[in-house]
Amino acid sequence: MIISVASGKGGTGKTTIAVNLALSLGDVQFLDCDVEEPNAHIFLKPRLTDERRIFVPVPEIDESKCTYCGKCREVCAFNAIAVLGGTGPGGGSVLVFPHLCHGCGACSIFCPEKAIKEIGREIGMVESGIRDGMGFVHGRLNVGEAMSPPLIRKVKERADSARTVIIDAPPGISCPVITAVEGSDFCLLVTEPTPFGLNDLVLAAGMLRELKIPFAVAVNRDGIGDGKVDDYCAGEKIPILMRIPFSKEIAGAYSRGEPAVSLFPELAGQFRDLFSRIRTVSGSS
Amino acid sequence: MKICVTSEGKSLDSPVDSRFGRCSNFIFFDTDTEGFEAQENSGFQFQGGAGIQAGQLAVSKGVTAVLTGNVGPNAYRVLASAGISVFTGVSGTVKEAIEGYRNGKYKAAEAPSVALKSGTQVKNE
Repeated sequence: MIISVASGKGGTGKTTIAVNLALSLGDVQFLDCDVEEPNAHIFLKPRLTDERRIFVPVPEIDESKCTYCGKCREVCAFNAIAVLGGTGPGGGSVLVFPHLCHGCGACSIFCPEKAIKEIGREIGMVESGIRDGMGFVHGRLNVGEAMSPPLIRKVKERADSARTVIIDAPPGISCPVITAVEGSDFCLLVTEPTPFGLNDLVLAAGMLRELKIPFAVAVNRDGIGDGKVDDYCAGEKIPILMRIPFSKEIAGAYSRGEPAVSLFPELAGQFRDLFSRIRTVSGSS
Repeated sequence: MKICVTSEGKSLDSPVDSRFGRCSNFIFFDTDTEGFEAQENSGFQFQGGAGIQAGQLAVSKGVTAVLTGNVGPNAYRVLASAGISVFTGVSGTVKEAIEGYRNGKYKAAEAPSVALKSGTQVKNE
């Protein structure tokens, strides 16, 4: 079973819940798909045993074959190619903007002169290892790189279908999040009981309905803010599966890179209960 | 010869648009005939590559100079590669910009004037 932990708003406690759930269950595989700022390893402290550099294909133009017809530019949905047909200082030229390229391959498929081949551009790496019985995989996107979905897919390719897989998703509701959560059997949305938490929870719930992924809510920092998250969930019949009280001690542990369950072992039972409730509401008990 | 001025509107009295790739309109002005053509910028809301498309358009129109407020690195690369002179820091109306260009008021940019994605920020004027 694949459980993803996501949220509209950043900083609500995705990593806190994903990490502590994983530690409370023990025999799981953890995938940190927040490749722009992976941080689960700080809490899980896995022994990393493998690293693989990840590349996306980008076009390389053989200008000895190119006729500057402009077909590649025309088919590129991401404006990653400009073709200057004979008006440039040295005759024609083709300019490729690799950071805009999504590696779809349309340019090389449609080039009538077969003048385009694809070369690899490194966007980051996937590292993996173990902690006790837990499998661990995360992606690290190169600094300055904007193309995270291909790297997230590479992290997810390592999912072990024989185990319970916990995915720590990036915040938001855009392409990286969709890439991280799609294919999950269940998604837990972490929110905080504030107007900001609610606003982004509503957006995230809409995204998951669109993706047809069953989901429920965990409320972190319970006790602050107002009751509108509860009202919304009640109105929409979204189950709230867990509440973590607002606690300076938990925040302090987080800031030191210590998982809450190692400081408060009694929390482990609550996280195992959370897992049971997830199995019940997702119908996979 | 033809020059391209980024414009908020479609007439010569419109203010110069301070952005290149994400301007509202392009005015293509022919200095020989004094005629012009206004074209809406279809790349205004592109998620990425607006400057590249705008540069490509300027190239296909055969302009020799671009007058605008700012130009980013991608658009600059397209324009410079095509041998088009880029004049940044241009303001006022389109008509004033063309006048200024003819009087040698502006100096051609030798580098992009702003960073990637600058045109996507909300204008605060």
